[in-house]
Amino acid sequence: MKPSVPNPSASSDPLLLIDDRTVSFAAGKGWNTVVHGVSLDVGPGETVALVGESGSGKSVTAMSILGLLSARQARTTGRVVFKDRDLSLLNADEMRALRGSDIAMIFQEPMTSLNPVMTCGAQIAESLTIHRGLNRSEAHTETLQLFDRVRISDAARRFDEYPHSLSGGMRQRIMIAMALACKPSLLIADEPTTALDVTIQAQILALIKELQDEEGMAVLFITHDMGVVAEISDRTVVMNKGRVVEAGPTAAIFSDPAQGYTRSLLSAVPRLGSMKDRALPERFPVFDRETGVVQASADMPDTVVREKPLLEVEGLTTRFTLRQGFLGRVSGRVHAVENVAFTVRAGETLSLVGESGCGKSTTGRSILRLTEPDAGSVVLDGTDITALDSKGLRSHRRHMQMIFQDPYSSLNPRRSVGDSILEPLLVNRLADRSDAQGMVRELLQQVGLDPESRDRYPHEFSGGQRQRICIARALAVEPKLIVADESVSALDVSVKAQVINLMLDLQARMGVAYLFISHDMAVVERVSHRVAVMYLGEIVEIGSRQAVFGNPQHPYTKRLLSAVPVADPSRRRIKRILDSREIQSPIRDPGYRPPQRRFIDAGPDHRYMEWNDSWA
Amino acid sequence: MATFLLRRFAQAALLLVIVSMIGFAILHLAPGGPLSQYAVDGNMTQADLDRLAEQLGLNRPLPIQYAEWFFRMLQGDWGLSYRDQQPVLHIILSHLGATLELMLTATVLAMILGVWVGTLGAVRRYSLFDSLATIGAMVALSIPTFWFGLVIIYVFSVGLDWLPSGNRYTIGDGSFLNRIHHLIGPSLVLALVSTAVWSRYMRSSMLDVINQDYIRTARAKGVSERNILFRHAMRNALLPMITIAGVQIPTLLSGALVTETVFTWPGMGRLFLDSISYRDYPVVMGILMFSAVLVLLGSLLADILYSVADPRISRQG
Repeated sequence: MKPSVPNPSASSDPLLLIDDRTVSFAAGKGWNTVVHGVSLDVGPGETVALVGESGSGKSVTAMSILGLLSARQARTTGRVVFKDRDLSLLNADEMRALRGSDIAMIFQEPMTSLNPVMTCGAQIAESLTIHRGLNRSEAHTETLQLFDRVRISDAARRFDEYPHSLSGGMRQRIMIAMALACKPSLLIADEPTTALDVTIQAQILALIKELQDEEGMAVLFITHDMGVVAEISDRTVVMNKGRVVEAGPTAAIFSDPAQGYTRSLLSAVPRLGSMKDRALPERFPVFDRETGVVQASADMPDTVVREKPLLEVEGLTTRFTLRQGFLGRVSGRVHAVENVAFTVRAGETLSLVGESGCGKSTTGRSILRLTEPDAGSVVLDGTDITALDSKGLRSHRRHMQMIFQDPYSSLNPRRSVGDSILEPLLVNRLADRSDAQGMVRELLQQVGLDPESRDRYPHEFSGGQRQRICIARALAVEPKLIVADESVSALDVSVKAQVINLMLDLQARMGVAYLFISHDMAVVERVSHRVAVMYLGEIVEIGSRQAVFGNPQHPYTKRLLSAVPVADPSRRRIKRILDSREIQSPIRDPGYRPPQRRFIDAGPDHRYMEWNDSWA
Repeated sequence: MATFLLRRFAQAALLLVIVSMIGFAILHLAPGGPLSQYAVDGNMTQADLDRLAEQLGLNRPLPIQYAEWFFRMLQGDWGLSYRDQQPVLHIILSHLGATLELMLTATVLAMILGVWVGTLGAVRRYSLFDSLATIGAMVALSIPTFWFGLVIIYVFSVGLDWLPSGNRYTIGDGSFLNRIHHLIGPSLVLALVSTAVWSRYMRSSMLDVINQDYIRTARAKGVSERNILFRHAMRNALLPMITIAGVQIPTLLSGALVTETVFTWPGMGRLFLDSISYRDYPVVMGILMFSAVLVLLGSLLADILYSVADPRISRQG
């Protein structure tokens, strides 16, 4: 392993130089400028991270390097110099010859970035035939080698497979193989790991790093994730609203950010391990965007009511049956939630963490009986929810509310936000129409929105504001428990921090309990009192947040924690994790009987499932 | 695949039974009836008419008539034409060739033209070509088929004398070229509406595809615009067209009815109209069932083709 040499200043002879690039998009009759005079450079073999929140123009800048923006819709000015050639002077054919050969690109969505009707092998081989003039059989042989290089086993069989039969991580490997086919000197990676699970993200990052060292390839890495930036980049360029805010060596940016924006961005990033000495959740410090002045954040009071649990879940099991054939024979079952048990006390936050398919969302839905569980009991404040008839369930649902991941699709676009918040009040007969109007104003104020905005429609609000509206709607019925299913995952870093602060404030004020479902370990560390780690439908470790994060016992918990990128360049942790273990599927044969599990106590309020070797 | 086919055949059989019931009921409930033409003849007495009804079985209750017709049909006996006492199946089969010839030609024409116009419209969106194609499709969809047929005959047969005005071939000739010559007019007329429909669907399908991420991937790896279109976009854009083709069969059949009449084409469409005006119920029912089978087979074929063409469709289902 060769240590990557940091490249502190603009190198003397950069591989890629972007000089005063401006990009405008056609908007009605005029042009809307989204990138304003961006300049940056990438040295040979160097990794430069281009970071920014959504709408910062980072992806547009990257796309414009290879001229991938439609000429009719976008207008670009400014120079891009690659290996001493001014790319803006190239004609269409010269540009095409460069794409995928000396500059390659990979994208965010591995699920949609591969052609669904072409085999994986054919798509990789295509690059080889275009740029290196190989014939069919040469390209075939070379492609098989590329499969090996990106650590895809069983290359011969994979060659003829179509993308839909592969997992997201696998598809991103195919994309990387395609990009590497012609040994590029620059790889542009546009959010390549954003859509992937954290353990898969770690594998892909390690793979990119490893291949980069082998090939001496430079990487321009576009991301919004400060943790990823800290893990992989030599230099960092921060963008905001189409402009470069700050650029410099990654270590310097993180330790001593010069600009207010960078400082506020970094302060909003939860850093795994930063809560080691604190027992209670903590708000994010609030920085002023422009000046970077910190506003002291008050300590969170202890909100947990210890006498008796608010929610007791026992033996909760939800399975989905897969049917096949003419007569609908049962061909298998998805063991989405398997014998799950936990308790939540009033004013407490229990986080359910795990990767895709682990059953954390189904658990949340089963508790509210949005998905009907097959077995188990859910006792909320003394009432068994699973035993209620539909009428009883309706009246009890007001004690538990849900906030979803996507604030765009969880609000009715044809209904003003005031009406959306009003509805639960009227449905549950908590107020008559005139009183309710006043309550809506109050609720909007509670979540930090202008009460006068109640007549506006969801599309007039930003993602973060919409999530606040969803929270206000959930709060309207004064629930005792809120199930927050990935509620902050789709939000930008700084907005995420604000919404989390709001949720913590509301807990302090109203004593509401949260079941916080998330895949983001760093956020979970920040907000939880207790944590339950889920894997393949079962809870494998549960305990106080401090115990689970500080002293993880179950191998899966350890693996999950070690895969999280930490937003601190001095603590790089992504080792050469070159395994290509896939996330297992909870689909089992119809005859499968889940084994009897045994839990081991690791301390007070901390236990984990006995390790079974059949669990990879 | 086997269970999928089994299920589809079961559905198709059920549909056919329902179609036949509705068809039979409507036909026999309509005023008039097969005997009304004899009633015009002054020499026929009521007793004669009753005897005829007795002979043809028309005096029995409708459900019994239906049941008898249905079980005979299952055994391959589709009845005898009231007009000339020929077996119905024989009459239909003798007209089938002409209709299939016309429909196939029109379909191939419509596919080629529609795909080409639609693709070009999508690639050069909002260009002059695209605008003209859009207007053209609207016009083609609004023109009644019979009128367009008459215009073609008026201009190319009567006026320019380039095309024959009707029939499948010149009596006494019947060479391949002569047949092709006769086919041009009616197949163009029949293809017109389908071309318009196809080009619109193809355009929107292509627009969908060329904005997909994998097209961006192809561009980023240096594939030429031509290959992006033909290797990457076309196959994806054509997938939904397979379903459209299946749905288009009824439109084609009803189009054939009009076109065949205008061009005196000796196919099933004309046979159908003639049989209706003669109140030749066995033949009308026969054609009805035959077209229903054609439509069902067409959509079944489309589904099978789709699952073959799209690797994402699981073939076990």
